[in-house]
Amino acid sequence: MKVFNIALLAIFVLLVILISHWLGQNSYSWLPAPASLEAGPVGDLTSFLVTMGSVVFLAVFGVLLYSLLFFRAGKNDQTDGTLIRGNSKIEITWTIIPILLVTWITIYSFHIYKKMDLLGHISVAQIHEHNLFDQSADAAEIDTKIPTSETIEVIAKQWSWSFNYSGQNVNSTELHLPVNEKAHLLLKSEDVLHGFYVPNFRIKQDIVPNRTIDFSFTPNKMGKYKLHDSQFSGTYFALMDAEVYVESREDYEKWLAQTASLKPIAAKNKAFIEHNKMMQYASWFRWPTISPAKPPLVNSLP
Amino acid sequence: MTNIPFETSGGGLEPKENNWKVYFTFSTDHKVIGVQYLVTAFIFFLIAGLLAMIIRAELLTPPLDVVSRPVYNGLFTMHATLMIFLWILPANAGLANFLIPLMIGAKDMAFPRVNAIAFWLVPVFGILLVLSFLLPSGTAQAGWWSYPPVSIQNPTGHFINGQFVWLLAIAISGVSSIMGAVNFVTTIIRMRAPGMTYFRMPVYVWSILSAQLLQLFCLPALTGAAIMLTLDLSFGTNFFSPFRNGDPVIYQHLFWFYSHPAVYVMALPAFGTFSEVIPAFARKPLFGFKIVSISSFLIAIVGTFVWVHHMFASATPSWMRLFFMASTMLVAIPTGLKVFAWVATLWKGKIHLDTPMLFALGGVLMFLFSGITGVMMASVPFDLHVNNTYFVVGHFHYVVFGTITMAIYSGIYFWFPKITGRMYSEPWGKIHFWLTFLGANLNFFPMHPVGLQGMLRRISSYDPEYVGWNIVASLGAFLLGMSTLPFLANIISSWLGGKKANGNPWRASGLEWSISSPPPVENFEEIPIVTKDPYDYGDTLTYE
Repeated sequence: MKVFNIALLAIFVLLVILISHWLGQNSYSWLPAPASLEAGPVGDLTSFLVTMGSVVFLAVFGVLLYSLLFFRAGKNDQTDGTLIRGNSKIEITWTIIPILLVTWITIYSFHIYKKMDLLGHISVAQIHEHNLFDQSADAAEIDTKIPTSETIEVIAKQWSWSFNYSGQNVNSTELHLPVNEKAHLLLKSEDVLHGFYVPNFRIKQDIVPNRTIDFSFTPNKMGKYKLHDSQFSGTYFALMDAEVYVESREDYEKWLAQTASLKPIAAKNKAFIEHNKMMQYASWFRWPTISPAKPPLVNSLP
Repeated sequence: MTNIPFETSGGGLEPKENNWKVYFTFSTDHKVIGVQYLVTAFIFFLIAGLLAMIIRAELLTPPLDVVSRPVYNGLFTMHATLMIFLWILPANAGLANFLIPLMIGAKDMAFPRVNAIAFWLVPVFGILLVLSFLLPSGTAQAGWWSYPPVSIQNPTGHFINGQFVWLLAIAISGVSSIMGAVNFVTTIIRMRAPGMTYFRMPVYVWSILSAQLLQLFCLPALTGAAIMLTLDLSFGTNFFSPFRNGDPVIYQHLFWFYSHPAVYVMALPAFGTFSEVIPAFARKPLFGFKIVSISSFLIAIVGTFVWVHHMFASATPSWMRLFFMASTMLVAIPTGLKVFAWVATLWKGKIHLDTPMLFALGGVLMFLFSGITGVMMASVPFDLHVNNTYFVVGHFHYVVFGTITMAIYSGIYFWFPKITGRMYSEPWGKIHFWLTFLGANLNFFPMHPVGLQGMLRRISSYDPEYVGWNIVASLGAFLLGMSTLPFLANIISSWLGGKKANGNPWRASGLEWSISSPPPVENFEEIPIVTKDPYDYGDTLTYE
């Protein structure tokens, strides 16, 4: 019986480790395709958290299941279970193990955060901060290796995005970014809270009206992505998205030059179109809503 | 033994004819008030659940095709508000009202009239909220966080609008909850029977005490924020208007300073219920019950210092993000202790899987899952990806439904014989459990993968790539809606004509089981003298 129990325990521990490891490795595929330097460390962190979480879940679930299988009362069994009121050794053990686990998770998360911060995305403008992290040698190294592209002003309003490349005289509803260059954005809102979120980049930042938030990240994979408003902004919140193009330096400059030559016109806006359709219904038939702000003037083909 | 005056003007619960009428009166009997709370809460639970099913019907397909966008925004706002303020809080208050005096050996609550007023405010603000669907403005549509500036935009310009009614309701709810909290804390501290020392109190009483202290300490922040927001909305002040020197981020701090602890106000009673039900059906004392008792307090204390983890993506500086990451991680320690204690209680027990036990075990399992996703989100870099996505929605539904609502069901089944003097139907209880457990997991698990993929919460239409998991979630929601039917049928028919129950059908320990079912109006003819620790289970013969 004793040998059987030890064997069972060994198999159980092995299974927990194997399944957790497998889930952790798989978890990379649960996230959208990574397309920024920041996405790498976040993917590793997710995998780590999934592995740790699975170990805890499976271990506790295993013990629970074992109890349900082997400690069930018989049909007319009116007797009580073994009188065990507690066991200080066990209680101390399962206090210390979670303390160690969460300390480990906190330190690892801090490490990942630092890595992302050195890449430059986390500084929040207008909130004066002491330099929390040493700008160590490797930080400087990363910084010098990655060139920073032009500053782009991002204007969010109910319910449109516009991107202002002021040096190039370009205003657009599309966000174009050169690949492998640190994008530097100034996030602004003209009315309510909004949020800047591109799932493939794994980063998110709320935009607070009447503040300018400095925001950087480094896209590293060419392609077309989607920017979503990530902070609830009212009626047409779901429609507030924009196309993001990550392209080579040449393509990027070509696009800038082409767009600069176009005349500014009012942008096509999904919320505006839908709102106008809504307004055709009788007023008693619909709940009133804030009208969308005027669509931004952008350089675009008519 | 106590000189605190109380009246029994409303009558009691004796099984005599027409006793149902007492539930419609201003009764000051804590047992009547407990049932009033529970029944009222369940009615609002059904309404809020119906709203959830309309939301899930909309999300069955990617484009907007069931309701309009303003209505959708109103639906998720009201679903959350009703579920929190009119289901979980009053349902917990109902069970606690019925049980606390019985468990500590008291004849009633400390302030019976305050108790009755606190209850009667609940239908007042509940009906106000539901009626706001009929306003020309529609209901509040800014989400239950009600973040300004969206919440103060007021498109109609009318003084009476959905948002105004919402704020009024929240303020009344705050008053009701503070009255309840004063009453519970006083009752537990002042009215325990002789010999009922703090460490002889059942863990359920500890959990209510810590939850209600938390309520007293944190709720004023929300009530204050609601008043300031009302002034901004209706009287032209600019506390939170960003373009007139106000700051919307201050509101977020005030809101979460209460609304994060509110999660523990709602969850601690659930942990208390698990701690009563599991020992009774494992026929073993609660493992390390003193540690479990103290950990309720630890959860309450740590839970007061974690609120900024809701704001990692807001305009929050790095030092604040990291401080609140570390403090949030600490919550895992006392909650982990509790989970381990429940599981250890099962070990070498004689487990009976009756309905209350099934709901308790299902609740523990889903709580374990939500605890793990909770630790994941405490990690700042991970949270910056999943913040405001369905991953968060999935996580907290495993808490508010998977843990707390399962615990409320468990408690209702467990104490049903005590409350009504009758037994419920066991087979129907089991069917109810399996439908609920399956429905809840089908509904809430798929939210995690779509959240990781980047699907945002509160969107009324979505990209077609997310459709697969959303169909599963919607089917789960409809199943969950259906699962309330066997419960209702069982409870109503058993209450009217179920088998008579004796004083202690579960052979459970605890003072509430030492008296008849239903308890007499004065609870205890003679105030009992307590000489033993709680959880008097276990066979000394098999002790190792």
